[in-house]
Order: sequence, then structure tokens, then C-alpha cells
Amino acid sequence: MLLPKTGKLFWVVMHVCQRCVSLLLSRPLSAAGQHQRSHLILLQHSTRQPPVHRLSQGHSRETWRHFTDHQAGSPDVSNKTDLAQKEVVPFNSDVHRISSQVSLSDSQSIDLDVAVRASPLQEISEEEAVQIQVPSALPPESSTLRPYVDKSETLSKLVQLGVNLWELEQRPNVGSMLVRLDFHADVAPRLLFLKDLGVEESKLGRLLTKNPFILTESLDNLEARVSYLKSNKFSKQSVAVMVTKAPYLLNFSVERLDNRLGFFQKQLGLSAEKTRDVVTRLPKLLCGSLEPIKENLKVCELEFGFRGNEMQHIVTTVPKVLIANKRKLTQIFDFIHNTMDVPHSLIAKFPQVLNAKFLRIRERHLFLEYLGRAQYQPSQPNYISLDRLVFLPDDVFCSEVALATLEDFERFQKTL
Amino acid sequence: MTSQAVRLFRKMDGLFAVYKPQGVHWKHVRDSIESNLLKALNSCPPPAPQLAVQFQLLSGGENSSSKDVVLSPSMVPTLADHPLVTGPQFHKVHVGVGHRLDAFSSGVLVLGVGKGNGVLEHLCKSHVTRDYTLEGEFGKATDNFTHTGRVIEKTTYDHVTLDKLERVLAMIQGANQKALIMYSQVDLHTQEAYELAVRGLLYPHGKSPPILTGLRCIHFNPPHFTLEVQCVNETQKYLRKLIHEVGLELRTSAVCSGVRRTRDGPFKVENALTRQHWTAGSIIQAIAHFSKATRKIRKSEMYKQTAGQLNSNAQVQEQTRSQTEQINQQHVELSSSTSDTVVDRETPVTLSEGRTKH
Repeated sequence: MLLPKTGKLFWVVMHVCQRCVSLLLSRPLSAAGQHQRSHLILLQHSTRQPPVHRLSQGHSRETWRHFTDHQAGSPDVSNKTDLAQKEVVPFNSDVHRISSQVSLSDSQSIDLDVAVRASPLQEISEEEAVQIQVPSALPPESSTLRPYVDKSETLSKLVQLGVNLWELEQRPNVGSMLVRLDFHADVAPRLLFLKDLGVEESKLGRLLTKNPFILTESLDNLEARVSYLKSNKFSKQSVAVMVTKAPYLLNFSVERLDNRLGFFQKQLGLSAEKTRDVVTRLPKLLCGSLEPIKENLKVCELEFGFRGNEMQHIVTTVPKVLIANKRKLTQIFDFIHNTMDVPHSLIAKFPQVLNAKFLRIRERHLFLEYLGRAQYQPSQPNYISLDRLVFLPDDVFCSEVALATLEDFERFQKTL
Repeated sequence: MTSQAVRLFRKMDGLFAVYKPQGVHWKHVRDSIESNLLKALNSCPPPAPQLAVQFQLLSGGENSSSKDVVLSPSMVPTLADHPLVTGPQFHKVHVGVGHRLDAFSSGVLVLGVGKGNGVLEHLCKSHVTRDYTLEGEFGKATDNFTHTGRVIEKTTYDHVTLDKLERVLAMIQGANQKALIMYSQVDLHTQEAYELAVRGLLYPHGKSPPILTGLRCIHFNPPHFTLEVQCVNETQKYLRKLIHEVGLELRTSAVCSGVRRTRDGPFKVENALTRQHWTAGSIIQAIAHFSKATRKIRKSEMYKQTAGQLNSNAQVQEQTRSQTEQINQQHVELSSSTSDTVVDRETPVTLSEGRTKH
């Protein structure tokens, strides 16, 4: 059918990605249903050549009339997204009103031109004016979620929860996925599930930012995985802590979780209680690949030469050693063992030192050596323990351990 | 009305020096400085969100008929301006690096932020010299001239004395002097050229190989020894090779165990920022501290450019030489300024004395 000029532009813009916009605005229109269509087609035929310049009121009526016709005809209207309920009511009422007008005129006489061709100078009452809805100029495509946030209930609620939408829209396809979610059908049940699990509300935002795909995982799967963890005697609190620390945990299948837990228990030779403790403190172990962990274990055993029980102690104190960078770990161990002359037993006693930054250890050790205070044997006087060497902040280290001022330390740093 | 973040950003314009630790790639230094600056900028409170008129529906009393709804307008902040939706206010700060230092070396690294990057280019094009402290060790030779490389040969070094070392250094200095005169394209038979040479204002024009303008031994404790160099157009690998060649001249072998830059033009090591101070506040303070030196560099380059429009070449050289003299005069005293509780030093020898030695 011939479309009037003004309406055509609008038609073209809408047509580009009709699915997105249709998803946003489909609800009220699908409710309108087929019986509107006949009225609207009638209207369209009658107003085939409207004047080009129109006030927005008449224009809006024209345009969303075309729009409703287009939408009512589209087959793939789905109800995934949602607008605020408030937008539904006046829309329907307006359509009703027009159709009622038309039916009135129909019953009286078939003089549609008179009734429908509304003059822009026609005075209307306040109620009518207030109920006119301008169709939202939502772009069908956008590279950011900004135009959709105010209109979409899902996105507004996510922002209020603290989800970083900007970060998520940098990831490919995540933005479109979020726009298509329905708050009441998809998001709310999963948020309630997480809350029941014991995840704090303040942490929900961060969790969803790291893992938005928890909103598309089926609830049955999520519940199965949680029940599996609970059957392995993880307490409710520890499950909540694990999910908060490793947001992707519940996206992994039960077999994978089972496989990993079994691996850790076997390889490390720890009791079930200790394995649970290690996994609760570092749930990332269950998420990543096992190859780097196996390599790290081999390195510790063969290259460094730690014995079995020393390894167990290190892993239970500092589980991060398992997923640390192999090269950095080797560099730190090499410096501590060969340059600082610290024996294996002492390193195993203070495994936190393997987690520290290499530059820090190096600078502090050289400073102590220059001052003549580098004494790491517990039997000797003026003994400095490795954890104090590494974990004290700079000013406390200078005043208590090195017995020098911070300026001296900085001047020494510039001579290295 | 500018926001707090924009006001802070406008202060980040200029040059400053950083002390690069050994073993760290210069790119990591530049990246961590940039991320620290961005962190400070994005922690400023965001501008107030825009308000939008929203019509909210309130049903009019008992009547549930839609015709009696009342739309009441209210100004509501749009969620589209929420920081979680718009993202951080600043995504990038332009941080440039002056003369680079490779991972094995440590020392003064000049960085430029914002508008300072243009001045950085002038600094690189100018003929400022750089000061290095080289630690060497007699007795072995490795494949990459450092003490961490694969050992190729081992030699004895008992025959090496300070006297022999100084003689070798003098010979190297002589060769470098000749190269300097050649590349500076002056005819030393003229009076003006002689006066320039005496004042120490000769510098190489255009492309030239690395030239050492000053070289002396600070510390000699076999097998360890420490040299101090002032040079132009150098790379750190060339300096390590220099140590190796010093060993060869002494009929032994030597490796370099440390290259430390103590000065880059007017930027000295006392004012370089150590790792704890790589925060926005300290950086802005350092920029303010170096603003005078920055202005001088910019002026000297502008002067060079306007002077280039004059006719005579000699006039240009004269004027640029006076500018470089002003910049270099800030650092013409050798190394006594570096506060150093570690290394014992001989009494400082001035540059001109070192030159007339041969």
C-alpha cells in the first residue's frame, strides 16, 4: 500500500531492526489483537494523502497507526522484554478511542473523512491531550545500552542493583542478551535463588557484572549444582562465599565440579575437610583448567624440591600458589633460596612469601643486607621472619625491621 | 562548569622523571603510571545526572476506568547518565616516554603527560647528554655482556691495576673526542671552534654513533669496578659492550653487572619518583617541580626553529649552542650531586679537566 511521506520515514527506520523494537513494544500491541486491524486499515485507506506539514499530535496518531498495523502483521512477536506497565494503559485506550470513534461514525453514516481527518487546529479536552502518547524514539540499533536503560525495566533494575552495564556492553552479544531478558520471568527468579543461597545483596551487582550468564542458566541446573555441593558437606555459608568469590562456579556442570574436587583430594593428598577448606577459600580452582595447576605442582616438587608434607602445608596456607604464574614463582623462589640463603623448611613455614611481589622482596632484602641486618636464621640473634619482611607496609618496615628512615630507604632504592 | 575530574586532568601536562627499577620493561612503567593517573581521574565524583520529565500515572480515585487517569509530571534523574551505564569519565591519558631504558638497566626515565609529549620530542631531538653509572666485574665473558648471561670464557685479572685501567679509559676517551670533533662538523683550526671545545659545547650533528663525552673510574676493587660515563646517542647495550671492551684492552675479560642512568638532560636522580610515589598527587607535584626545565627545553627548540629561518648556519649553531649551554650548565658538575651513601667516590673531577687529559 502507498504510504504517506511522513509515515514512510518512520516505517523505514523501524524496519531496520524491527525485532528489537518489536520486542520492546510488542506487549500492548499484541493485546490489541486482530480486531483493531480492520479499523486501522480503513483509516489508512481514507487518509492516503494527508498534508505534509502536521502538528505532532496528528503526526503521532498517523505514525503509530502505521506502526500498529505493521506490528500487528508481524508474526514473530515474542514477549521476552517488558516495558513499564504504565505505558500499556493509555496506548490501548487511545486505540480504543479511535476505533470507537470510527464505529460511531460507521453506525451513523459512512462518512469517515469527516470524523477521522482531525484538523490540527481542532480543540481537544485536557484528558485527551494528556492521554496522547508519543511513540518512543528508541533506536533499533545502538552500540551502547544508554538509550534503553530508562525504558527497560530489566536494565533499570540491574543498574539499581549495582551491575556495571558499561563493562558488560563491551563484551560481545551480552548487551543484546540483557535487553532481551524479561525481568519477571528470567531475572527475578534467579535473583531470589541467589538470595536464598545466602549471597549478600551488596555483592549481587559485582557477581552479575562478572557473570551475566547466570541469568540465562536454567534454574534446575543451578539447583542441582548447589545440592551437589551441599551433598559434599559444604555448608550453606561456604557455598554462598564460594559463589560470591567465583561468579562462574554455578555455570559449570556437576561432572566438572566432581572431577575437580576429586583431583584436588587425590593430588594433594589432603583430608576431605582440608580440601573443602582450600576450595572454599579459593573457589577459582574449580573453575579453571587443571593443566596449569598440574604444572605448578610438578614445578614445586621437582624444581624447587619441596617434600610432600611441606607441599601440603604450603597449599593449605596459601592456595594461590597453585594458580600462580610459573615464571614469577620460580623467580621468587630462586631469589629467596639462592640469594637470601633461606632453607626449604623456613620457606615452607612462611609460604606467604611466595605470594609477594618480587621487586619488593628484592629491594627490602638488599636494603637489609646493606645495613647488615639480613638475618633470616631463627637460631641467630636479630632474626627477621620472612612474613615480616614482606607483609609490613613500608614505613613500619623501615622503622621496626630495618631501623632506618623512609627517606634512607628511598635513597637506597635509587642506587639499585 | 568543569567537573573536578576535568580540572585534575588539566593539571596533568608536562614532563617528569621516574626511577625505573631493574628487571622491569619500560612499557610496564608507562602503563602503570597511566593506569594510576586514570584511577585518580575516575575516582572524582561524576557530574550531576540530567533530569528528565517523566509523566507518572496515578489512577483517579475509585474509577478504574482508564479514561480518568491523571498524568503528573516530575523531574527524575535519567539512569542513562548513571556512572554504571556511561562508564568511566576518562579512558586514556597520553603518557609518552623519552629516552628508553631496556629491562636490564635501571635509572631515570623521563615521561611526558598530555601537552608535555610535544616537549618530550624536543628533548629527544636536542643534544642533552646522559649520565650513567656502570658496574663491571673482571674475570668472565658472557654472550650478552651481562653477569646473567651464558659464560663463554673465564680469565684471571690479578695483573689489572687502577693505573692500567685509567690508561685504557684515557685511550677510549681520546678516541671518542676525535669522533666528537668529526661529527660536530667544526674545523678545529679556527679560534671559535677552539673556544667552543674548551667550554664543552661541541655536540654531534645529525646521525652519529654513540659518543662518550666523559668517562672515568669511580671505584676500583678487583674484580669489581665502577665507571661513570656521560654520553650522547647511546644504547644500554653499547655501554655493556664498552665494559667488555675495557676488559679486552686490559687483556682480561669483563661483564657488566649494572647499568644505572643517573641523569637525562636536566632531569636528575634526586627528583626522580620511586615506585611508592607513582600516584597522581606526586606526579603532579613532580611536573610542577620540572616546569622550569620543561619551559627551557620548549623555548630552546622554538628558538632553534625561528633561528633556522635566519640565513647563516653559523649563527644558528651559535645560538643553539648557547641554549644547550644553559641547559647543560645545570648538570656540568659530575655526579657529586647524586646522594649516594653506598659507593665511595674519588674527589669529583670536572669535565674540562677530563677532556684535557690526553
